[in-house]
Amino acid sequence: MNAFQSAWAWLTQPQQWLGPDGIPARLVQHLEYTGIAVAVAALIALPLGLLIGHTGRGSLVIVTLANLGRALPTLGLVVLAFLISNGSPAAVLVALVVLAIPPILVDTYEGVRGVDPDVKDAARGMGMTAGQTLLRAEIPMAMPLILLGLRTAAIQIVATATIAAYIGLGGLGRYIIDGLSEDNYAMVAGGAVVVVALALAVQVVFAGIRRLAVPAGIRQQAQAS
Amino acid sequence: MDWGWVFGNIGELASLAARNLYLAMIPVVLGLLIAVPLGVLSVRWGWVYPPVLSATSVIYAIPSLALFVFLIPFTGVVGTTRDLTLIIPLTLYTLATLVPNVVDGLRSVPEPVRQSATAMGFGGLRRLVRVELPIATPVVFAGLRVATVASISLVSVGELIGNGGLGFLFTDGEQRSFPTEIYAGIGLIVILALAADLLLVLLRWLATPWLRSGRRAAPTPGQTA
Repeated sequence: MNAFQSAWAWLTQPQQWLGPDGIPARLVQHLEYTGIAVAVAALIALPLGLLIGHTGRGSLVIVTLANLGRALPTLGLVVLAFLISNGSPAAVLVALVVLAIPPILVDTYEGVRGVDPDVKDAARGMGMTAGQTLLRAEIPMAMPLILLGLRTAAIQIVATATIAAYIGLGGLGRYIIDGLSEDNYAMVAGGAVVVVALALAVQVVFAGIRRLAVPAGIRQQAQAS
Repeated sequence: MDWGWVFGNIGELASLAARNLYLAMIPVVLGLLIAVPLGVLSVRWGWVYPPVLSATSVIYAIPSLALFVFLIPFTGVVGTTRDLTLIIPLTLYTLATLVPNVVDGLRSVPEPVRQSATAMGFGGLRRLVRVELPIATPVVFAGLRVATVASISLVSVGELIGNGGLGFLFTDGEQRSFPTEIYAGIGLIVILALAADLLLVLLRWLATPWLRSGRRAAPTPGQTA
């Protein structure tokens, strides 16, 4: 197709790969936003999800968050953060963190919650304390779901950081937003190709982490996700 | 929050909400209509499922804005087919959510139930429609709820290509530096999504009378789950 030929032509121009507006620089920015947002969200959501899953208290909060997290419009949240902070990019990062919390929290909770009670009893029977049970039995068994939550969050943030180019954030979304306003479709499609490549790379990276972090015995039981 | 503005523009807000619902629900209905036969085929012929599953996880990872802009050369951002630029990607997202649920639901049909239906003289199609799909219904509804809420919220991203239902309030509010408009947009999207979710819970309750009032089918004695 013509449109894809123009995207390819745009992507293969040497100037697209150099300088502060080049693809490598934009990619690094995009990775920075995504990495910071997911890391901060994980610092908040992982301990909270482990705690609620381990104690079983606050389950209602989780159900509400799961629903609300999916319903919140990403563009609205990003624009709102930008507007009420008088145009601060840091505030937009806060919006990204807010959007990354529900998937991590919900999946961590469900992972720990879903651990077979017999396994927990066995751990206690072996003389493990509550903390040891959590660290050595519940977390390893919950690992597939915890990683799924982190992956969902990372993919969500890659997409939302793209959208956040609308209010002037850097990153790969710039090509799409600027291309749309300049009526330069080659740039729009070329930028979109790079964004898709990044999203798929995130998928692949998480598949790799899954291989490393999930114990072999559990990897076999856990259904492919 | 300027409530005067909200009440003064209630007509326009309602028409944006209606448009948002239309753009979100057509894909959910189309997705369901395609996911059921696709799921049935995947269960009948096992080799169909792995490629379908890979495709769904790839689609799921692609940011919505990228999918929208890929369709611009074919369906455009103005004119009669511009709604398809949103409807096609959102249908793909619905499929990515629903197909695994349809397959899991159909696979959850216990073999003895399948055999009893056959013994009672049910042919393949009648057994599917009268026995297997009803048993799969709760799992399919769980996927339908996720897809519906996500679709209602994702429509607003379409505003970046000029067609996003309530998303109009985000870009307009940003240009006018008027946060009320953005609060209204976020609030209406969340309300629509949660209302649609409740409606689906009700529909599921109506569609599965055998699951009501705690009369859940108990596992056969002597059989471990």
